[in-house]
Amino acid sequence: MSKTIFPQSIKSRPVYATLEPRPGKAHLVIADGEGADALGDLLDKAPDRAGMLGAMHILYTPGPNGTDLWAKVQGFGAAQTYRAPTIPAMLPRLSKVVSEAHMGTQFYVTGTEGLMGQAEREIMMTGLPFGAIQKEHRGSTLRRVQCVHCKGITENVALDPFACSHCGLHLFVRDHYSRRIAAFQGVNIDAEDPGLVPAAVERFK
Amino acid sequence: MSLDFKPDLGDFFKEETFRDDFTFKNSPASIARFPFPFDRDEYMYSVNMEPHVSGRPGSVFEKTFDVDEHYVSEMIDRAKVLAEDPLRCQSLPHMTLAGWDLLELIMDSTARDYPQWFSLHKNANQWHWINRPLGIDQKFTFLDGSTLPYGPMEYITRQMQGDFSLQDERDGNLWMDAGMITTQADWSLDFDVGMNFMEWHAPVPLAHEKQVFDRALKFLLKLQNGSPVRRFNWTMTVNPLLDTAPETYPKWGPTKASLTPENLGSKQHLRVELQALFRLPRSNAIAFSIRAYLGKFEELVTMPKWGRRLHRVLRDIHPEIAAYKGFARNQPAMVEWLAKYDDGKPTSAGWWPEPE
Repeated sequence: MSKTIFPQSIKSRPVYATLEPRPGKAHLVIADGEGADALGDLLDKAPDRAGMLGAMHILYTPGPNGTDLWAKVQGFGAAQTYRAPTIPAMLPRLSKVVSEAHMGTQFYVTGTEGLMGQAEREIMMTGLPFGAIQKEHRGSTLRRVQCVHCKGITENVALDPFACSHCGLHLFVRDHYSRRIAAFQGVNIDAEDPGLVPAAVERFK
Repeated sequence: MSLDFKPDLGDFFKEETFRDDFTFKNSPASIARFPFPFDRDEYMYSVNMEPHVSGRPGSVFEKTFDVDEHYVSEMIDRAKVLAEDPLRCQSLPHMTLAGWDLLELIMDSTARDYPQWFSLHKNANQWHWINRPLGIDQKFTFLDGSTLPYGPMEYITRQMQGDFSLQDERDGNLWMDAGMITTQADWSLDFDVGMNFMEWHAPVPLAHEKQVFDRALKFLLKLQNGSPVRRFNWTMTVNPLLDTAPETYPKWGPTKASLTPENLGSKQHLRVELQALFRLPRSNAIAFSIRAYLGKFEELVTMPKWGRRLHRVLRDIHPEIAAYKGFARNQPAMVEWLAKYDDGKPTSAGWWPEPE
């Protein structure tokens, strides 16, 4: 699956580019699902593939749509390669690795928006500006959405509107996005006319 | 940790509510000084900023921070909102110094402008603050957070009408990294805190295409300490509910469907924000005060010029603006109600009311 083209949207909605190799003392890759393909393309462009892999640490987890390219990721032969079963399971290790990253470390984040948002948040907590983190979207467009009412986050939202997995309110999904929360905003769709909930549409896959 | 109000209403401040039985209303004097935001018979987004200098005596522009008859009741309402949802006040860790800057600005300004209500005595960093309407007498050490019951931003904004946000400046942008937001027109501080200027304005329609935010940001990055600026914004609110937060939208959303021709004049409010921006001296942050004024339609039309003009503005408003501001469903009813106050006569330029 190649790079996703998202429709034109508002200015808080993240945009993604293509991963490009940059000179660095260390290369930290955080990927899920089809992000493995973006990593493959990145390595194909690297002027010194062996050198880059020798200084590379990959954290990988299958995508929310079930895509698991672990064999491909292992096959790259990076200095360190780690597979987490889920994103939440990856976060403790990611947090430690990021907090110990030295100056000159390059960050490459690729895969779904939920994975990229949460990885970016961990990296930004170290004080690194988000502009220094390369991100490339691949794979599923399922969304991570925060309910503005109860504050609970629903993962892998496909339908719009959908029922909040915490409070049960019917939420419509905005493009308004918070990097601090790593989520899009969900707002009650029938607040003004309780019970009038339009039919759900599969907007994200 | 608390800030116990022992309010003294005196003969100026009113006891009223912005929730439940909604007893809020404006006195005739308060209507006469209402900041009616339309200086012509039509409305479109613009970079409508002007120097925040002392304006016409008695107007909301006279003082740096306007303290009016609703002060005590608004502060009690804010305390209730915060007790229900502490996330309405947030300050990222690097914003504490900006909070002290804001505390100083508000204490200095109000003690100077309203000596009958506020006093500030300074002996080096040993400060003594007295807020008579709220019954507060506080000795503390400036820049020492352990000497106040809250962080400096929260402490002072629990005592000042209007919402406040604090913007850090870096990378040629402004980042909303702190705020006290309890009288907002349907936006979430908890979601937006940490965003830059373009991001937190992202949901606003039409204005991005008109380059309004690019020009406003350029203007604000040049803002100098001691030369604040101000602008108006406005929206519509059913019931005198200051706290129209997205968090509680399921609670107040249904009231939009409660208007009838009989109750519209008393239930429908024009909500005006007088926004002022101040460059802060130590942190180089920008403080943004967003002071909300509520005016019932039946109060506003006591000024014939405003009745005519409000009718024309709402009748001709761009549909996307009506939708974004959340009053599209009630626009026809508002226009119909206001029509009887528009005899078609010309209106004079500017927003000041005119007796006839």
